[in-house]
Amino acid sequence: MNVSLLKLDHISVRLGDRLILDRVTLDQRRGEIVTVIGPNGAGKSTLIRAALGLIKPASGTIERAPALRIGYMPQRLNIDPSLPLTVMRFMRLGGADRSAALRALSEVGVSDLHRQPLQRISGGELQRVLLARALLRDPDLLVLDEPVQGVDVSGQTALYELIADVRTRHHCGVLMVSHDLHWVMARTDHVICLNQHICCEGHPEQVGSDPAYRALFGEHAGGVALYQHHHNHHHDLHGSVIAAHPHAGCNHSDDEHSHA
Amino acid sequence: MPDFLIYALIAGCAVALVAGPLGTLVVWQRLAYFGDTLAHSALLGTALGLLLHINPWWTIIGGSLLIGALLAVMQSQREHATDSLLGIISHGSLALGLVALSLASNARVDLNAYLFGDLLAVNTGDLWMIGVLGAVILGLLTRFWDPLLAVTVHDELAAVEGLPVQRLRVLQLLMMALLVAVAMKVVGVLLVTALLIIPANIARPWARTPEQMALFAAFGGVAAVMGGLAISVWLDTPTGASIVVSAVLAFLLSFGVRKFSPA
Repeated sequence: MNVSLLKLDHISVRLGDRLILDRVTLDQRRGEIVTVIGPNGAGKSTLIRAALGLIKPASGTIERAPALRIGYMPQRLNIDPSLPLTVMRFMRLGGADRSAALRALSEVGVSDLHRQPLQRISGGELQRVLLARALLRDPDLLVLDEPVQGVDVSGQTALYELIADVRTRHHCGVLMVSHDLHWVMARTDHVICLNQHICCEGHPEQVGSDPAYRALFGEHAGGVALYQHHHNHHHDLHGSVIAAHPHAGCNHSDDEHSHA
Repeated sequence: MPDFLIYALIAGCAVALVAGPLGTLVVWQRLAYFGDTLAHSALLGTALGLLLHINPWWTIIGGSLLIGALLAVMQSQREHATDSLLGIISHGSLALGLVALSLASNARVDLNAYLFGDLLAVNTGDLWMIGVLGAVILGLLTRFWDPLLAVTVHDELAAVEGLPVQRLRVLQLLMMALLVAVAMKVVGVLLVTALLIIPANIARPWARTPEQMALFAAFGGVAAVMGGLAISVWLDTPTGASIVVSAVLAFLLSFGVRKFSPA
């Protein structure tokens, strides 16, 4: 059994009087890809931020392996255009030396970009640069928040493959948020279906047939069906699916979510 | 050249040297409005100093830090937009400062000097204060440049990589508060932000790295101070305003030359 890197034990996160995460438990092991899926507003990013130690849960405990090194790939990078920053300078902001930065860039296939201004590279290239920056820390655990954001469809597949390769090569754990159910079902070891609380979790095959999963994502999303929902249109996924399956799985209401 | 002009030149250049690099951070982080708020609160600090018979340097710095802390606390609530809060604090402290100044009627107060600066009245005591505070700010800025840059680029990434993000924010706030205190002498509370953001924008088209931009901003600021002083002496115009006018001209020049020059 692979060694545990990060354990979240029944953590709850509140924002004001709103419950964002409700008693979520997670055990991340080395060499495993754990993927968090769920509708927008489900608390996926909050879960990631709690795992990173950026926010303190209201209750529950977080346990990290001693001297755990985390490589974090944020969801997006909003650098003001007034900041002149090359890819190389960005890579070295964490204190890495030039040759290590170049190595990491070539591992993700963008070493030729190192002189480019960060604001002038494409979305897919930027995601690779962010991944390279995360790799610079020689991480035990890679944390990725929607890594394919802003990447075209063919680039998404390549990026996912790259992440799977990185996991094998570095033998690190990967904790990620993804919208791509196809990839999640095909390549991850453990799926967590989140909607404030964990609706269901387990091996992808198990989760794919779980009524709670189908209630959230619809019948068509089972197994390895290609799932076409891509961010931004958060309006209908939750609502319409719930309307179609009012009693399946767990009870969700759009604005308020409480489990007494 | 008369002594007061030499003092003015030294003081103005010293402030510009510091304001340029610090201003690049302000521009990258879009904190211009925040700088305004800090500057306006400095007037309140001045008034308090006069009322309480304390050297206004200290009440200005103390007041700025207080305002910064107030903002940090208020930002954690979500009912009021941040720019509204900044506006309330900014105009509130400016108005309160004006009221308090009028109450300090025992002292003969030259309001214009606080609002628009009084560079030509700088004395050797002020020079020392500006020199020491300027050196402190520049020293801190150099020492913590990389971490401050990392926080500017992505604060959460910086936090995950182990940087003390909150403390760095406080540090930057402290540096801005100190700068407002010294820059007030040069351009006054109403124009302090200009000294922060215009040189950075003069520098932007020519810089390829953050450090270049900081350096060019320092040069741009110094040039603006020299030009402004010259305008002020020749045309007998208010010094602070003349410096800002010359900075704006330099910005237009920089922008125009870059825009219309072949790549």
